[in-house]
Amino acid sequence: MGTTQSGILHGRLPLAEYEANFSDLHPPLDKHEALVAADRCYFCHDAPCMTACPTSIDIPLFIRQIATGNPIGSAKTIFDQNILGGMCARVCPTETLCEQACVRNTAEERPVEIGRLQRYSTDIAMRENKQFYARATATGRRIAVVGAGPAGLACAHRLAIQGHDVVIYDAREKSGGLNEYGIAAYKTVDDFAQKEVDYVLSVGGIEVRHGEALGRDFSLADLTEQYDAVFLGLGLAGVNALRIEGENAEGVEDAVDFIEALRQSKTKADIPVGRRVVVLGGGMTAIDAAVQAKLLGAEEVTICYRRGKEHMNASEFEQDLAASKGVTIRHWLQPKRIAVKDGKVAGIELDYTTLEDGKLTTTGETGIIAAEQIFKAIGQTFQASGLGALQMESGRIVVDQDGRTSLAKVWAGGDCVLGGEDLTVSAVAMGRDSAESINRALAVVQPLASAVA
Amino acid sequence: MADLRNNFVGIKSPNPFWLASAPPTDKAYNVERAFKAGWGGVVWKTLGEEGPPVVNVNGPRYGAIWGADRRLLGLNNIELITDRDLYVNLREMKQVKMNWPDRALIASIMVPCVEDAWKAILPLVEETGADGIELNFGCPHGMSERGMGSAVGQVPEYIEMVVRWCKQYTRMPVITKLTPNITDVRKPARAAKAGGTDAVSLINTINSITSVNLDTFSPEPSIDGRGSHGGYCGPAVKPIALNMVAEIARDPETYGLPISGIGGITTWRDAAEFLALGAGNVQVCTAAMTYGFKIVQEMISGLSDWMDAKGHRTLDDICGRAVPNVTDWQYLNLNYVSKAKIDQDACIKCGRCHIACEDTSHQAITQFVNGVRHFEVIEEECVGCNLCVNVCPVENCITMEPLAAGTLDKRTGKPVDPNYANWTTHPNNPMARQAAE
Repeated sequence: MGTTQSGILHGRLPLAEYEANFSDLHPPLDKHEALVAADRCYFCHDAPCMTACPTSIDIPLFIRQIATGNPIGSAKTIFDQNILGGMCARVCPTETLCEQACVRNTAEERPVEIGRLQRYSTDIAMRENKQFYARATATGRRIAVVGAGPAGLACAHRLAIQGHDVVIYDAREKSGGLNEYGIAAYKTVDDFAQKEVDYVLSVGGIEVRHGEALGRDFSLADLTEQYDAVFLGLGLAGVNALRIEGENAEGVEDAVDFIEALRQSKTKADIPVGRRVVVLGGGMTAIDAAVQAKLLGAEEVTICYRRGKEHMNASEFEQDLAASKGVTIRHWLQPKRIAVKDGKVAGIELDYTTLEDGKLTTTGETGIIAAEQIFKAIGQTFQASGLGALQMESGRIVVDQDGRTSLAKVWAGGDCVLGGEDLTVSAVAMGRDSAESINRALAVVQPLASAVA
Repeated sequence: MADLRNNFVGIKSPNPFWLASAPPTDKAYNVERAFKAGWGGVVWKTLGEEGPPVVNVNGPRYGAIWGADRRLLGLNNIELITDRDLYVNLREMKQVKMNWPDRALIASIMVPCVEDAWKAILPLVEETGADGIELNFGCPHGMSERGMGSAVGQVPEYIEMVVRWCKQYTRMPVITKLTPNITDVRKPARAAKAGGTDAVSLINTINSITSVNLDTFSPEPSIDGRGSHGGYCGPAVKPIALNMVAEIARDPETYGLPISGIGGITTWRDAAEFLALGAGNVQVCTAAMTYGFKIVQEMISGLSDWMDAKGHRTLDDICGRAVPNVTDWQYLNLNYVSKAKIDQDACIKCGRCHIACEDTSHQAITQFVNGVRHFEVIEEECVGCNLCVNVCPVENCITMEPLAAGTLDKRTGKPVDPNYANWTTHPNNPMARQAAE
């Protein structure tokens, strides 16, 4: 039996219900389903889906390989461009990337299921532990990668196959970064993030040192001294504060902590949730937190966003998903004050907002929503120290097209750089491209072979 | 309401849709179900000589190829003629004909190429009340190795001889079924006509291997690791069948010889095309074997509705209507000029027309215009080949638009000549006939 009692409680649902609620959001395609889905691909020339993919996966080719009964070849086509293609198949907002560009949208408003097809072939290759890459002859070069998230892993893998030796430093216990700690549980079940890390690392030549944080255990200068090159894939460790009355009351929490706790919990029954929950924010994190709060048995979950639907960072699909799970999304509401009773959250007072000459202002009207738990999902911040003279702008690392920072021997990519897109797939692209750039920079100048032998 | 009643060499049926001689017509049980579903007639599965019946393989008899979503496009079989006792078949035929007097019931026959064999079986068949016989000179596997089926159909002299015997020993109309496994289908058709046949039916199945198992290296269908060629049928063979029907329909020597059209007919539209190319009725097998007998209801209503829409009242109004339009290449009008046109509102921008034209044809379709993905025909390069129309996944997005006489053909820089002119008089033709002085 579950409970609808007030307060922030765990075990609101019977055990079996947790399992059902947190099962795979998009169950994998079986072989027949994959063939039917693959048959819908037109094999477009200079395909728009491929252009829309931040990692430029040759989508028509990998789908044709599925259609012709070659899922292993298909997986290689994907991994050639994106070694984390398995996770991207699960978490990419395909509806705003490849699938939005699919010409089938014009034809019949239903794109080819590119994401699920990508999962189909990558799952098969990983299940069969097919390794497609052998390391090149050892170069003797050593490269430090800071952060074992998508950017760091992609960078390390590409460097390793080029023959370099890589050491990854990560402050946390497990590798994976956001893939391990920051994505809704129903998007990546069965410990997939760790399986993928193992798959990536099995190429060899990559050592991971956990529990070592930049700025605490070593500085960037230490690394540039010891290594031939450094790649920073630090992610965003900090969260924005509300800066309103009552923020420190019991029951006000960071959404990222909630999401992380859920991911690290096996049964989810040990994760407490309020009867009435308010989530503040308009991005993927807000949706992930709100949906999972509902799945944990919260009776009433409301997302409050200070602008309109069209301004939300969360995709249309994610918004619909939240609505389908019973989450209410309310717009034009900005937190004003958290109501506190006996040190605990009792509710939140919000200002109604509007746009005036393009600027967000309050209308003077307010509303109150009763709640026992409030999740903050109003953006993350780059938080790092020990970076020395590294050039920053708007709180992010400045890089050029190749991922080079202002410092020699230092590259960076992922969410921590200026222009980072808060997408796993973009982080992978930046990590991969930085690796190529590092490789070019480190290339030993080969004497030109004589034309006359 | 269109009148679909069919009179084929005196054999009457309520509609022109017959089931071809094949597994669906092997037993009374199946044929009864077919008639209940609405089929106009059946050609009973081929009868053999009196005595121990043939035996079939006990492994797979069919192979296939598929299109998208496993839609069956081509079927191949290695089944032989009926493997049931001759007298069981004859008894059932008689009963079924009594039960369904308004439907056509034809007996397909295949016995050795000796006069006595035909002389012996014909009276037995006649006694069933069957409306006619079809001589199976088409079966390309198994029976042909024994000197029957396509082994006869490939030798015009044998065809003529056997047809002559049949016309001599029975009053029933004789339909001669032709094999497509020859180089010129007009030759066997002419032989059948010379022998006095009432009609020909075609095509029988085409020699084929559908696929090879890449694990065992056995052809499919595989019988204990080996395979032999089988007879190919289904939608994939329709274009071949249409051409062969048209060849006979327009051959001066066989012109007017009734034809029962067979080969991949799956919809009313396929049937109408066969009728237009000179078939007096059609026979269907694979479509029924794929979807069941009910498909005849779609065929009947489709044909009838189309005839109503076009004002055709009877089958005679459509039969052979396309035959005069089938000609030799040398008589095609070389002054006819058409250009592809892409409907930009319908275009989904897949780029297939561009890459097909760019890689394999005439570089006549753009990919970008002013830096934007945009597919447009470059009339200066377009030869009107129609490849882009065929590869475009959107129906009617690309069309071939004829240039009116007098308009400028941007490719040649010349105005379109209003006069018909063909290769026989073209200056580049060394054999060109000179106009009379």
